[in-house]
Amino acid sequence: MSTTTKPVNQKAWFLILPVLLCVAFSAILPLMVVVNYSVQDIISPERRVFVGTEWFAAVMRDEELHSALLRQIIFSFSVLAVELPLGILLALSMPAQGWKSSAVLVIVSLSLLIPWNVVGTIWQIFGRTDIGLMGAALLGLGIDYNYTGNATHAWLTVLLMDVWHWTPLVALLGYAGLRSIPDAYYQAASIDGASKLDVFRYVQLPKMRGVLMIAVLLRFMDSFMIYTEPFVVTGGGPGNSTTFLSQFLTQKAVGQFDLGPAAAFSLIYFLIILLMCFILYNWMQRVGTQTKEGGHE
Amino acid sequence: MARIELDLAHAYRPDPKQDSDYALLPLKMTFEDGGAYALLGPSGCGKTTLLNLMSGLVTPSQGHVHFDGKNVTGATPQQRNIAQVFQFPVIYDTMTVAENLAFPLRNRKMPADQIKKRVGEIAEMLEMSGQLNQRAAGLAADAKQKISLGRGLVRPDVSAVLFDEPLTVIDPHLKWQLRRKLKQIHHELKLTLIYVTHDQVEALTFADQVVVMTRGRAVQTGSAADLFERPSHTFVGHFIGSPGMNFLPGHADDGGFHTAGFTLPMPAGRTPVVGECKLGVRPEYVSLAAADSAGALPMTITQVQDVGTHVIVSATRESHTIKARLSAIPGNLVAGDRVWLQLMGEHTCFYQNEEILA
Repeated sequence: MSTTTKPVNQKAWFLILPVLLCVAFSAILPLMVVVNYSVQDIISPERRVFVGTEWFAAVMRDEELHSALLRQIIFSFSVLAVELPLGILLALSMPAQGWKSSAVLVIVSLSLLIPWNVVGTIWQIFGRTDIGLMGAALLGLGIDYNYTGNATHAWLTVLLMDVWHWTPLVALLGYAGLRSIPDAYYQAASIDGASKLDVFRYVQLPKMRGVLMIAVLLRFMDSFMIYTEPFVVTGGGPGNSTTFLSQFLTQKAVGQFDLGPAAAFSLIYFLIILLMCFILYNWMQRVGTQTKEGGHE
Repeated sequence: MARIELDLAHAYRPDPKQDSDYALLPLKMTFEDGGAYALLGPSGCGKTTLLNLMSGLVTPSQGHVHFDGKNVTGATPQQRNIAQVFQFPVIYDTMTVAENLAFPLRNRKMPADQIKKRVGEIAEMLEMSGQLNQRAAGLAADAKQKISLGRGLVRPDVSAVLFDEPLTVIDPHLKWQLRRKLKQIHHELKLTLIYVTHDQVEALTFADQVVVMTRGRAVQTGSAADLFERPSHTFVGHFIGSPGMNFLPGHADDGGFHTAGFTLPMPAGRTPVVGECKLGVRPEYVSLAAADSAGALPMTITQVQDVGTHVIVSATRESHTIKARLSAIPGNLVAGDRVWLQLMGEHTCFYQNEEILA
């Protein structure tokens, strides 16, 4: 038999047109608009000047932005540092089966179902020293708690709110990872005489690596873009103490209508998140999988 | 190392009432120190339950487990000092092969130089010396299972090593190699090995003593020859051998064995059998006979199957089928031919209520 040649029909390109259109309108065009803004100084709708990379240079030297970025990084890493261990701990202590596990799953995931601005409102009221449960309780304990006036209190409140809102996500992912470990692993570990800590270190944690990686990426990206909740609770204050990157950006773009610098910064912001995720992803892929060199003493 | 005595029953349900509620019916069994045993039976017959009862992963709902005369019924696998290898390879992903093998020893606080020596020996036996510093996670399934086996064998003072269908995931040619390896290790280390399988070839080649199980009951314990020559239960006859034992229901009295409208005289010297019973004969012991010879039954051939090394002839009489395993077909027998098949002989057994008659 002769070898069959694939039929060639260049019209097939049209088949990807719908996707191309969708992506164009949902991602490429908006991004290009931002790129367009970032290289122009728009003085009024009629007057605009091409400024090249000037906005980028200006944004990079902006002291306020530096401090917002630093605040953001500290916040995101704090979020990961608290939510990850806490989520794993929660997952480990959740019942494995029966009605109890269903009940616990529902209760744990409740906070995930609440819209962002409602979460903000809840915590805004929760922290008030006159009518809020937490605020009043802390005051009653003799702690001079005031999230509207004290920068540290404000920062901790926002962190606590994020932990409350999103730790369940880590817990659910971890729980899914734990349930996928076959019983034989636990039985083998028990027969090998492994302690509880050993089981966690050598069985559970390695088996949860995949889902935890997803948890880290999701929590990192989300916390890096956090906007609504601190906006509702503290409005970025007191001073600039809880002004994170997205809020800083919104102030620039919408508040002051500095579209050029805001667009330039948007792009830098986008690249920062991309870079961070890339680094985190690669690091987590590698951690615990590199071949050990040398002896096995 | 230990001699394991079982006198127990087990039900996973809290209040067992009838036999079918039990995963394991009451049984009494002894596994001698240093023996190689196999638990053989179809899926769901309770062999894994029996294994887990021995290792301590499951506590029997009734009865006791004794190791060397000491009651260990409530003891954990660790306290019993048992090693167990599971159906699917269990390895510690983040460790190297050597660390995997050393793990049970490290947990028992063995000095580092002894661990290293022992790990070296076991790796040598399993032909894994070259892979000791590789990460276990990246290996093929059979190498991983070898690590699991190694972890089971690495402890020198272990009471017994239990295998739960450990070669399921292994390729057939490697299976054969590993089985031989295990047998060799049994000779070298003199450990008590107990091996669960549903594969009769695996059981018969590996073990000195095979325990055949069905529906939560151990129906026969014996060597490969015992199981083959004198199955004590019709299930053993069916299950062991390929094809399994032939059974002919009938009625026995002083005149002989009456079946399918024909009477087969009992061979001389055999203890007389009386009443409703079944005649059992292995296809290997059925032969072609001359017409009207004593102990032969006239039958009609339904199928002749040439399986290369031998021929399987199936023949019927009044809806009863007998299979014969012949080395060659004399005179081109084909389906439809009438033949006389010799059923009575020294290897013919009789069964009443599925149990063998003396």
